[in-house]
Amino acid sequence: MDGIASAVEFRDVTFQRASGRAILSSVSFSVQKGESFALIGRSGSGKTTILKLINRLLDPSAGEVLVDGKSTRQWDAIHLRRRIGYVLQDVGLFPHLSVAANVAIVPTLEGWKPSRIDTRVNEVLHMVGLEPGNFGSRYPHELSGGQRQRVGVARALAADPPLLLMDEPFGALDPITRAELQQELKHLLASLHKTMVIVTHDIPEACVLGSSVGLVQDGKLVERLPPDKFLQSSHPEVQAVIRSLTLQNILH
Amino acid sequence: MNIIEFIHDHGNEIIQLTTEHIMLVSVSIVGAILAGVPLGILVYQQPRLRTVVLGFVNILQTIPSLALFALLIPLPLFGGIGVKTALIAMVLYSLLPIVANTFAGLMGVNPAVREAAVAMGMTDRQLLWKVELPLAVGVVFTGIRIATVMNVGLATIAAAIGAGGLGMFIFRGLAMLDTRLILAGAVPAAAMALLANYGLSLIERRIGGRYAPMRQFT
Repeated sequence: MDGIASAVEFRDVTFQRASGRAILSSVSFSVQKGESFALIGRSGSGKTTILKLINRLLDPSAGEVLVDGKSTRQWDAIHLRRRIGYVLQDVGLFPHLSVAANVAIVPTLEGWKPSRIDTRVNEVLHMVGLEPGNFGSRYPHELSGGQRQRVGVARALAADPPLLLMDEPFGALDPITRAELQQELKHLLASLHKTMVIVTHDIPEACVLGSSVGLVQDGKLVERLPPDKFLQSSHPEVQAVIRSLTLQNILH
Repeated sequence: MNIIEFIHDHGNEIIQLTTEHIMLVSVSIVGAILAGVPLGILVYQQPRLRTVVLGFVNILQTIPSLALFALLIPLPLFGGIGVKTALIAMVLYSLLPIVANTFAGLMGVNPAVREAAVAMGMTDRQLLWKVELPLAVGVVFTGIRIATVMNVGLATIAAAIGAGGLGMFIFRGLAMLDTRLILAGAVPAAAMALLANYGLSLIERRIGGRYAPMRQFT
């Protein structure tokens, strides 16, 4: 069973707000183990909602979301979330905890032994390029934006979850730091064989990090292709996004 | 000089009434914290209770303090004359700053931080104890400081229902038109309020300082 089931699967998923406003309508896709799926789309298109349906911060109004072949409704929400690493747009580091304590959160919740937690914290901080001796005892406000994002990634990786969700993880960074982190993350993910769903509105980021790129428009998944094909798509919305990109390049 | 003479004559009484005063304030504040912080958490977690509870503590606060003491006297169980009634009135009176600040502190936690905690698989209880309360504690402490300073003043009025404290001097001085007696009550009470405010704000700054820089990137 385990080998066959997709890491994440959406079956005809619809999500409506309590007010009745539809955010997603009939979204279906699957992400295989080890694959990384990048979702792009305009603000308010419903990309973030897709992520929140995966770790059960939201429940679908209709249809089914499956993680490892099992509907999220059947998963215990707490258990499900602890095996999914989550990196948010504005990081959400705990300001009252040191970097090491932030990274240690999920292992601590899971009741790991302190010695094992220490080893693991050092390991993941190394992975994201932060020297544990130098950064472990610092507080989030003592870090630069890029360093905070690295801590956010380390925190998501700490309990070695098979699945990672990232919501505009590098949105607030300057272009150079952003490009650096994208490359590092790409290599890190390739070596760790994680499954990832990432949301961004940045096409280059989607193409660097995604093994396939999906376009979300008005609550629907309208296109899904590997990066190289995606850039040649004739879909009008894809064209619109690419045009905006080209214009940017000219101005630079 | 008659001030020295006065202090010599009333020294023991000043010390005794000051001690009573400190007891009234500290016991009532501990009571108000024990009742107010859980109430603040409750209204944060149960939006339906918000209007009722916050309305109640607000209304308590609009009752003039002397009237609140008087209102409690005829009540069975809570009422009567003496320290117990005074303490109950003081606890009720100091609920507002503590409940309101606990609530405000919890509401003020950055939603991204809360979402991260939930997404990482914290239970509601872990979210409260590991994230929300530690982040709200500075604001809660401000409420405690305000309530304490308020209670130093309030405790002087407690003398009106026989609860002792520095108010004894003030009421006696008013009755006898003796300014020295009034000052013997008012000066230590004012000093106590200033001292409490200063001491507690030092602690508050230490607590708040750890999180204050956070607000830049909320």
